[in-house]
Amino acid sequence: MTTIEATPLQLADLRGNPSRMRKESAVRGLLLGAATLSIVISALIVFSLVREAWTFVTEVEAASLWTSGWFPRRGLYDVKTLLVGSLLVTLIAMVVAVPLGLGAAVYLSEYARPSVRRVLKPVLEILAGIPSVVLGFFALTWISPEIVQRLSDGATQFNLAAAGIGVGVLTIPLMASISEDAMRSVPLSLREASAGMGARKVTTSTRVVVPAAVSGLVAAFIVAVSRAIGETMVVAIAAGATGGSLFTTNAFRPGQTMTAAMAAQAAGTDSVKGAALTFQSLFFVGMLLFLITLALNLVADRFVRRVRQRY
Amino acid sequence: MAVVTTPASAGGEAAAAAVRRRIAGRSTDIVGIVFKCLLIGALLLTVLILGALLYEVITGGWDVLSSDLGSFLSGRLTSRAEIAGVAQGLAGSFWIAVFVVVLSFPVGIGAALYLEEYAPQSRFTRLIDVNIRNLAGVPSVVYGILGFAVFVRALESVTGGRTLMAAGVTLAVLVLPIVIITAAEAVRAVPDSIREAGFGVGATRWEVVRGHVLPYAAPGILTGTVLALARALGEAAPLILVGAVTGRLGASYEVLDPSQLQERFTAMPIVIFTWAGQPNADFRTLTAAAIVVLLVVVLLANTGAILLRNRYEKKR
Repeated sequence: MTTIEATPLQLADLRGNPSRMRKESAVRGLLLGAATLSIVISALIVFSLVREAWTFVTEVEAASLWTSGWFPRRGLYDVKTLLVGSLLVTLIAMVVAVPLGLGAAVYLSEYARPSVRRVLKPVLEILAGIPSVVLGFFALTWISPEIVQRLSDGATQFNLAAAGIGVGVLTIPLMASISEDAMRSVPLSLREASAGMGARKVTTSTRVVVPAAVSGLVAAFIVAVSRAIGETMVVAIAAGATGGSLFTTNAFRPGQTMTAAMAAQAAGTDSVKGAALTFQSLFFVGMLLFLITLALNLVADRFVRRVRQRY
Repeated sequence: MAVVTTPASAGGEAAAAAVRRRIAGRSTDIVGIVFKCLLIGALLLTVLILGALLYEVITGGWDVLSSDLGSFLSGRLTSRAEIAGVAQGLAGSFWIAVFVVVLSFPVGIGAALYLEEYAPQSRFTRLIDVNIRNLAGVPSVVYGILGFAVFVRALESVTGGRTLMAAGVTLAVLVLPIVIITAAEAVRAVPDSIREAGFGVGATRWEVVRGHVLPYAAPGILTGTVLALARALGEAAPLILVGAVTGRLGASYEVLDPSQLQERFTAMPIVIFTWAGQPNADFRTLTAAAIVVLLVVVLLANTGAILLRNRYEKKR
């Protein structure tokens, strides 16, 4: 009869095969590098903006910042033209996107049968996939003549209102999908309790579900605003004002936003040339835009996190 | 004896009557109907706007698409509307797609795997997480500035300046946060039991990820990457900042000729942008036709990704 030698287990026996372990740590290092790349990208964005924007901020004459309009190639850097332009476009966009997006979201989450939902949700997602150049063309050729010029006689072919409506249409799917997610995350028990008290469907939807989902709805709104502010091509095509723009608060005339101003400066001529600080003004506007959207995104993130915590 | 009893205090009788009426009566809920109509109206208006857009674009470009499709697809950017075409735009968009797939898909999926599988719960991990979410919300023009400052100017020796290569890398960077976020969601949806089963038989973490997590999450990851690619194909603003040609583009290469990577370039969205700005009415037809070509690609990709995701969600 043979006996099996029982040698005590050494620590070395428990360690894995060295080549497997090496592969394991190599892969881990590679993946960590991939994840860290995102921080590198952020740093590069900030760096590329700040370097030239700082030159602009330190060298610009204060007088050229408060002039009659934004004409960078002539050295007139009236920032408020761009800010008011962006504000107008965003405002009009929200007037379009919030009712339509929120209404679609409430219908899809509270009223629609599953079969209807299965068809309509992909339709909204298709709208979300339409490139912004296409919407810009649509704003110029259809929204401007059919809608804006019917609303106001003094409207020119290129106007901020058409661009605003175009940006609004672009933002509807975003508003709808985040709002719908927020409303669907409200527990069924709340709706059932409301119905059990005898409330009608409309009362349940407006007095129970929407207030319960309000954090998510606010987040949806802020994300939509951030998207609208950052939209370039619709304004670049439909709002005119490629060379520069006078300060205007009239949405039915051509205008300029921060984003389209940047595009206008880089397109047109073959390189960004002009008066002394023209080149740097591009980065200055970019820095402004980046800071505004960063602030908006951080606030929206805070609201989204609050929605997740509640339920 | 009444089923509903209320205290006979002030208003008790009237309240009881109201409740009885509500339960047993057949009054129509007007407010409810109006509200529902408003909601359906909102949805319908959205769908109608989409329909108007598609109709305008298809009828606008119909002349060119129905008669000269071949020469339209092979023509170049010129100022003469009769012979202009989108071939250079298609070639540029093709190479941008190649760069996006080759650069951002591996890096994005790798980063997602690290965040979901390997990362400890530390401040560094939370920093990366917040950072990626912020990057996803940065406007595309700002990515254009990044591309211009870094890939066109700083790395001019590598990319050659305002070239297709710089544009491809810029768009790969733009799309990276989206790839990371969607891939991370797909990986997060893999049940823990699968991972635990792998560890239980002695696999290392990478072996579990490669052999079990990735195949399980593959449809979701694929959906996300296709959506990201469709997004990249439609972006114009970063390309403008990186120096896409908006006028006449002289040289023309075979689609698969890689030497054009270090040359000036254009892409479909830029072609559309250029032609949309032309006052000549012939260019309006060309713009609509070019839009149809771009939409076919983008909408096919989006629809494919959505169908894939719906099938994948049904299976799980």
